[in-house]
Formats: sequence, C-alpha cells, structure tokens
Amino acid sequence: MNTILAVSAGNIVVWAVWVIAGFACLASGVAVVSFSNPFFSALALIGNLGSLAVLYLLLSAEFVAAAQVLVYAGAVMVMFLFVIAYVGPQQETPWKGGPNWQTVGAVLAAGAIFIEVIVVLGLKAGGRLSHVHSVNATFGSPGWIGRLFLTDHLLAFEITSIVLLIAAVGGVILGEHTKRRDVAVEDAG
Amino acid sequence: MQGPGVVWYVGLSAFLFGIGALGVLVRRNPLIVLLSLEIMLNGANLALIAFARSAGNGAGQIFALAVMAVAASEVCVGLGLVVALHRKRLPLDVDKLSELRG
Repeated sequence: MNTILAVSAGNIVVWAVWVIAGFACLASGVAVVSFSNPFFSALALIGNLGSLAVLYLLLSAEFVAAAQVLVYAGAVMVMFLFVIAYVGPQQETPWKGGPNWQTVGAVLAAGAIFIEVIVVLGLKAGGRLSHVHSVNATFGSPGWIGRLFLTDHLLAFEITSIVLLIAAVGGVILGEHTKRRDVAVEDAG
Repeated sequence: MQGPGVVWYVGLSAFLFGIGALGVLVRRNPLIVLLSLEIMLNGANLALIAFARSAGNGAGQIFALAVMAVAASEVCVGLGLVVALHRKRLPLDVDKLSELRG
C-alpha cells in the first residue's frame, strides 16, 4: 500500500513538472516568434532552452540536459546576445497591418506540419510508443554517453569535429573578407 | 517510466517545430530567423530523446548531441553573415536581400 502511494505521488510530481516545463516551453517559443525586439526574443529562447533541459531530465537524458544548458543557454545564446547588441536595435512589427497572403500561408503550413505529425502518431506509432523499455541507472549518464561515442558512434563523433572545424574556418573567412572589402571601399572613397 | 508517455513529448516537439517553422516563414529579421531555426532544431531534439527513452538505446541521444554541434556551427556561420551584412551597411531584412534571386 505504501509503495503504491509513493509511486502515485512520484507520478503526480513528474506530471506537474512536465506540465510546468511544457507550458514554459510553448509560451517562450511563441514569445520568441512574436516579440518585435530580437533582444527579448533571445532572452525568451534562453527560457525555452532551460525548460527543454528540464524535459530532457524527465526523459533520463542527464548528459544531454547538461550539454543543453552549457552549450546552448550558455555559449550560443551569449554569442547571440553579443551580436544583437553589436548590430543595434532592429525593431520589426511582425503582425502589422492585418494578415497578408504570406502570413496566412505560413500559418497554414505550420499548422499542417503540426497536424500531420499528430495524425501520424495517432495512426501508426501510438500503440508501439505506449510500451516503454525499462532502462538502468546508467542510461544517459556522461560515462555511458562517452563510451557510446568512442565505440559504436566513433564516425559520428569524428564527423562532428570536422563540421565544427569547418564552421570555425567559415566564420573567420566571413569576418576577414568583409574587413578587407571595407578597407578597399575606404581607400577608394 | 513515470509521468506522461512518450507520445506527449513527441506532440510537444511537433508543436515546437511548427512554431519554429512559423517564425522562419513570417519573420524578416535574419537574427530572429536564426532563433526560430534553433526552436525547430530543439523540437527535433526533443523527439529524438523521447524516442531514445522509448526504445531504451542511446543512438537517439548521440544524434541529439550531433544536432547540437550542427546547431552551434550553423549559429557561428549565420551570425558571421549577420555581422558581415551589418559591416557592409546592408539592411537586416531577408526580403530586401534578393541579389541572388533568379
């Protein structure tokens, strides 16, 4: 009896955390798309990433949640905020002047994607997904992820490093190129 | 597994993906288009991690980490482009940057 009560209490806590994190996730996602100032959009995206990290913890993906907070909410969003501060405030009123055909089409397309996924889930995957495999305590831990990366998924790991290197080189080339072009324009003027 | 089933997580991820797609299609500021792309990638990540938990193997989590690395490189190049546009005094509006249109 005690065990049953404990299990159901834990279940209620997990549901409550899921509802709060899911609602925060949706609300901050809508806020990112609808704020006119990109600075506030970036701040809302930090909230979105944080609530997604909570959902990852509920799915026992501890290392991915930690990487999400460190890499995304930490490094990437700081870089975003830095660039937004660098280019200055760019006000834009996204829903100004009533709906035009582009906005209507975009809303229809986004709604179609959502409904398509829900219908496919209901028709095809609902029965299969209701059965969840049990996992042991190491599932999602850093050591387990590291062992997977260095054994089964070594190729993906190495290709990821190459992708990051190419992106860094691309960023440097973009910055360097415009600098030289600026100097040339100033010389000509 | 306690709490909501995997279907709930995947439904949430579909909604996130839809919101991100809406932002990419509607907004004109390249910075906010990049932010909406991040939302789309995170929606896909949530589905990957939910399926990894459902199947009980780690390939989904590995894939999610690879998606994070790709997102970081995409932000690096995208923000480099935005800074380059700003330095050349070009408008930060994806509708006005139509030089490459066929």
